[in-house]
Amino acid sequence: MTDSRAHSRFTPDLFRDLYRIRRVEEEIARIYPTDKIKSPVHLSIGQEAIAVAVCRALRPEDIVFLSYRSHAGYLAKGGDLRAMVAELYGKATGCAKGKGGSMHLVDTEHNVMGASAVVGTTIPHAVGYAYAMQLRREPRVVVSFFGDGATDEGVFDESINFAALKHLPILFVCENNGYAIHTRQQQRHFVSNIAERARVRGIASEVIDDDLATLLGRAEDAVASIRRGEGPRLLECLTYRWKEHVGPGEDFHLGYRTREEAEPWYARDAVRLSGEALSPEDRSRVIDEVEKEIAGAIAFAEESPFPERDELYRDVVAEAR
Amino acid sequence: MRVTSYVDAIREASDLEMERDESVILFGLDVDDPKAIQGTTKGLAEKYGPSRVFGTPLAEDAMTGVAIGMAMAGLRPIHVHIRMDFLLLSMNQLINIAAKAHYMYGGQLRVPLVVRSMIGRSWGQGAQHSQALYPFFMHVPGLRVVAPTNPHDAKGTLIAAIRDDNPVMYVEHRFLHFQKGPVPEESYVVAPGRARIVNEGRDVTIVGISQALVESLRAARYLESVGVTAEVIDPIWLAPLDMDTIIESVKKTGALCVVDNGWTSCGAGAEIVSRVVENSDRHVRVLRMGFAPTTCPPTPSLEEHFYPNGRTIAAGVYDLVSGARKNWMPDERADLAEIEFRGPF
Repeated sequence: MTDSRAHSRFTPDLFRDLYRIRRVEEEIARIYPTDKIKSPVHLSIGQEAIAVAVCRALRPEDIVFLSYRSHAGYLAKGGDLRAMVAELYGKATGCAKGKGGSMHLVDTEHNVMGASAVVGTTIPHAVGYAYAMQLRREPRVVVSFFGDGATDEGVFDESINFAALKHLPILFVCENNGYAIHTRQQQRHFVSNIAERARVRGIASEVIDDDLATLLGRAEDAVASIRRGEGPRLLECLTYRWKEHVGPGEDFHLGYRTREEAEPWYARDAVRLSGEALSPEDRSRVIDEVEKEIAGAIAFAEESPFPERDELYRDVVAEAR
Repeated sequence: MRVTSYVDAIREASDLEMERDESVILFGLDVDDPKAIQGTTKGLAEKYGPSRVFGTPLAEDAMTGVAIGMAMAGLRPIHVHIRMDFLLLSMNQLINIAAKAHYMYGGQLRVPLVVRSMIGRSWGQGAQHSQALYPFFMHVPGLRVVAPTNPHDAKGTLIAAIRDDNPVMYVEHRFLHFQKGPVPEESYVVAPGRARIVNEGRDVTIVGISQALVESLRAARYLESVGVTAEVIDPIWLAPLDMDTIIESVKKTGALCVVDNGWTSCGAGAEIVSRVVENSDRHVRVLRMGFAPTTCPPTPSLEEHFYPNGRTIAAGVYDLVSGARKNWMPDERADLAEIEFRGPF
């Protein structure tokens, strides 16, 4: 199923969003072996289109909650790139002052709430935030991003039940890449259709394949319906993780999956397709701008100081304001 | 001053804060049912409506996460658990997020959350309705822990907890709900990190935690009969812990007994004793008392040996002060009899 409206949105901005995330993570992978980044990275390469499509449907005041595979969501929502790279470097200028790392990105100015390393943990935070928005009659949408592994956890079912019960303004986005670390979804789920499970809980839900145009259209529709007060929605977005669970490399040598399985996903690469939809001039311009920005962010991280020793004890306790 | 119950003190503190600040909301299993958590939430659902006071699904894990998300958004949730044992279902959210959020998000987020829970005892509470798990929370930086022992402090610490920008574990005890005492009608705060000397003495310092404070005061009365004066301290807040008051007292008495309302192994008593010894330049005699190192049995014939009481504490402290086993056990005095729960639950 292709949404015809979306093709007209294959703009330079869309390509920029996608290409920027891809290239940031490729640069992280390139730098990783130098040991300058001492933070376990869970790369989103191959999965960028979901975060980009959903966040393009959002307004600046809308809120996202992320998992540990959060670089794409952070950047797509407008999280500060320099602060993110500095955080991976453990620098004082990082988004969490070097005290969060890759798995705990945060940028409250852009409504990127704290990510968590424990699978499924942030799903109820998004629900609670949505409850607060509803209580205060603030017309803002909250998005909870998580993977298929998170739906194994009891907290997923508990959370979507409460969201449905209270008719909250929240979009659940399941990035289903088919694996929890190295274990296939089919080895973990008796009912493999996650959208169906959510539907039983009272959440309007749908499965979306990897097609970028479809993703853009369906994300926009889902967010619009939540904004109209029609209650929570869930999008189960089928995708594929190109890299290993954690780290910069591929992992086909482990034998739990094959390159042949990955190849159809490579062929549908949203980053490449969105670039090919542009004129060569537009594409080059975007690429040049993004490359400059990324190089600047890396230089910023490299030149930034590490936190001073007294930072060790700062923010253990929140002081009264 | 007006005399009221511990239960009413909690209800009044919640009411005052909900009236003062509309970001305060209260929820938990059964908070809006006719029993209203022993009466501690009585009338609040009617007064503030179902958006601010509501019963929840049996989903401690998610509802704790929901509370954290609300707090991140600027609400001040009070999440109520009718037994402390149920908090074990909330540990991921409490330890991995609530305690750490402010730190690991570089100071960008705050979690002004109050978690109320009750320690059960007697009338068959047994293995899973009697646990006092506050040492788990004292172990983790970023959490505040408070265990008020009288109605005055129940009100003042709850108001302090609600206004605090950090997660606060507010620990009640089912027996303490029966306490009555003077409680000012207006709003006031019993601030974190300040202990109170509730009985002055020269010979030994007794620190009593939660309901064990009541038993420690009974012990002090029994000890008078053998000429021992005990200084009894209520730490009130277990994190942050007012060690200065305890250390000063032990400097004077030279002997310390901590009566924990929990198991002694790795408990609050272990922490308090260690910190006193670390900060003392002379020999200090120490004793920890607490739950028997076993699972709490429901049958009364075994349960009575599970908990320290005024007489067993007095006997232990007398040996400590004497430096020898005296085999003294005071006869039970009617005026110091234990409060017994009459049931049924």
